[in-house]
Amino acid sequence: MTMQGWLQIALVLLIVFLLSIPVGRYLAAIVMDRKTWLDPVLDRVDNGIYRLIGRDSTSRPMNWKAYTVHMLATNLCMAVLIYLILVFQDYLPLNPLKLPGMEPIQAFNTAISFITNTDWQSYGGETTLSNFSQMAAITFPMFTSATTGFVVAMAFIRAFTVRDGGANLGNFYRDFIRFTTRVLLPLSFVLALFLIWQGTPQTLDATVLTHPIQGGQQSISIGPVASFETIKHLGTNGGGFFNANAAHPFENPTPLSNWLLMSLMALLPSALVVCFGEMIGNRRQGWVLYGVMAAMLLLILPVTIIAEQAGTPTLAQAGIEMAATGDQPGGNMEGKEVRFGIAGSGLFGVITTSFTTGSVNSMHDSFTPMGAVPEFIGMMLQNVFGGKGVGFLAALVYGLIAVFIAGLMVGRTPEFLGKTIQRPEIIMVSLALLIHPLVILAPSSWSMIAPYGVSSLGNAAMHGYSEVLYAFASSAANNGSAFAGLDANTHWYNLALGLVILVGRYPPIIFMMAVAGSIAAKPTLATTVGTLKTDSLKFGAFWLGTILVVGALTFFPALVLGPIAEAFAMVHGYTY
Amino acid sequence: MRAIILPALRATLVMWLLCGIAYPLAVTGLGQWLLPRQANGSLVKAADGTILGSQLIGQEWSGPQWFHGRPSATIAADTRDSAKTIDAPYNAAASGGSNLGPTSRALAQRLRTDRRAAEAEQPELVGRNLPADMLTASGSGLDPDISPAYAALQMPRVAAARGVPADRIAALIAKNTIGRALGIFGEPRVSVLRLNLDLRGLNEPSRTIDH
Repeated sequence: MTMQGWLQIALVLLIVFLLSIPVGRYLAAIVMDRKTWLDPVLDRVDNGIYRLIGRDSTSRPMNWKAYTVHMLATNLCMAVLIYLILVFQDYLPLNPLKLPGMEPIQAFNTAISFITNTDWQSYGGETTLSNFSQMAAITFPMFTSATTGFVVAMAFIRAFTVRDGGANLGNFYRDFIRFTTRVLLPLSFVLALFLIWQGTPQTLDATVLTHPIQGGQQSISIGPVASFETIKHLGTNGGGFFNANAAHPFENPTPLSNWLLMSLMALLPSALVVCFGEMIGNRRQGWVLYGVMAAMLLLILPVTIIAEQAGTPTLAQAGIEMAATGDQPGGNMEGKEVRFGIAGSGLFGVITTSFTTGSVNSMHDSFTPMGAVPEFIGMMLQNVFGGKGVGFLAALVYGLIAVFIAGLMVGRTPEFLGKTIQRPEIIMVSLALLIHPLVILAPSSWSMIAPYGVSSLGNAAMHGYSEVLYAFASSAANNGSAFAGLDANTHWYNLALGLVILVGRYPPIIFMMAVAGSIAAKPTLATTVGTLKTDSLKFGAFWLGTILVVGALTFFPALVLGPIAEAFAMVHGYTY
Repeated sequence: MRAIILPALRATLVMWLLCGIAYPLAVTGLGQWLLPRQANGSLVKAADGTILGSQLIGQEWSGPQWFHGRPSATIAADTRDSAKTIDAPYNAAASGGSNLGPTSRALAQRLRTDRRAAEAEQPELVGRNLPADMLTASGSGLDPDISPAYAALQMPRVAAARGVPADRIAALIAKNTIGRALGIFGEPRVSVLRLNLDLRGLNEPSRTIDH
């Protein structure tokens, strides 16, 4: 990797870091009902929406149960609407290619996938969906699923600050609308114009027929891509308008668009940690968590970059240049685009899995084995910043466990932000923690012994197992990226991955909301000399250690069987 | 139950109209008005209005007189048997990469075959290291660009096939090379379509200028 490549990576991360501070404070202002400069306009918009939904529903206080139930009911209604649009798209407008309705089991998978912020796709966008479906069934939940994750995290944080015993963790609809109209919509709208300027199309046409000078015809798929692309990344969604996702030159036409998309993916999950510090009135605590997450990111990122630049023996044997020079990128360019090169592809790959977006600008299936390991780690830990809201909650799961263990070790009552952490909370937190490995490891193992699981593999041997492991890790983490050689459009994978997405998303949220209810009901203890400080560097290191030890112990054996075994086979020159 | 379902349904419909209908249509309206060229796919047109392609979408090129793009792994449905697929490079209606892994025997085979074909076309490549983008398939299958090194490698072949001095081809490569954005983002690249479109005008006007 050249110096320029590392500089580019450092600059992208630095800009995200600098932006996350003001954006995090802006988020806190929205959640805490402080004044913002957009209020004069947006208060009117919001009031109109409140009136449409019902003044009473959008203003009454909700405890954790009411908040969760309204969240689930809204998600359910949306999922049904998405399902119906997909299945009946041949009866709906903007379908000049006369694409048929989606097959019901695939539509089930797709509706679940998009309402949960996963955006796993067992279909290719341009060959399956009409432009109406792309807008009304795909762009639509990209907003609402991101908002759902965000508001749930906000309600959870409020549990530490409320003084009413948890009777009011906020109003779900109000939070939902304010986050959409004050963050996602304006940012998506303005930045969509930036993307169009860079070359991303935005039209209601579905194809353009061209006549290349060498003869023949080239039919080019096109559509409302820019409006799709901004919210896809800002909301850590990740589903592609086109099959090739953000590798497609229309989705991601230039290095500048690539920079924008990476920054959008990383912006809100990192800002949310800053927002957390603001909300609890302890910025130090926010920075400790920020530090834990950033340390993990900086730890795994170079592995991908170095491994992709080093390339593979297969490429070297074909006489391909591995070192980057001023006039060619070098390294493992299979599945990567010239305009992004190794640095722009590797960084995108790690960001998309760490912030659990799932958008890809290069084909992860063609990554080197060690280059893919950080991607697995991002999805398995789920809190290397993690997805909108949910990544934050996953970090808190580990944080509460760290508090509990540390408390036991030094013989003090475990406390976090002035609330005691006791048996009921730890049981719920442990359940939230254990669901994730269960829904990754069990079904991926089953897929490797069932004929209907193995028949979908696109690559052989260890790499085939990696494809399956990646699919379930991606689904459980609500990521959505894939080792796309796996043929996931079968009844088994559509059903199994759909269910894993559901179980990976809602039960952990419900458990964490129950923890919120339980914590909110407790009195806030004053800080004394006997309090175990959680906003110190020392506790941050302990928090990081807990994540790495628990996460590594859980997933390391699976990684050894897949990418790590393949790395050893690869350097010894085996092919399959 | 009604107290839960009714607001949930209303919220669904309002958000659907706002985020799923109004938002993309508003971006479409504004994009078409302010930036119509990009919003419609950055199309390249001939003088008579024929659409020759999109500046952003790669095309398949063959023959020694043209610059070639990268290998493309896109496929299409077989017209004789819809259950099967066939190779269809630069199929801009179904993007995608090869998804072949680092220990894939099929990938090793493809690299060997392509290398042999390149050496047959340009014998001076035998034994030389090749630019990384020359034999590898892009992720989209539609990569419009090649590295400057790959373009320079093809220059003698194109110059010989067209019977023009190499430095004139080199000037065209330089003209169609796009540097890093702000000097730091991305990689330098050469747009194959634009370069080949410039080649087209090379032979006839050059005679009138040179003599």
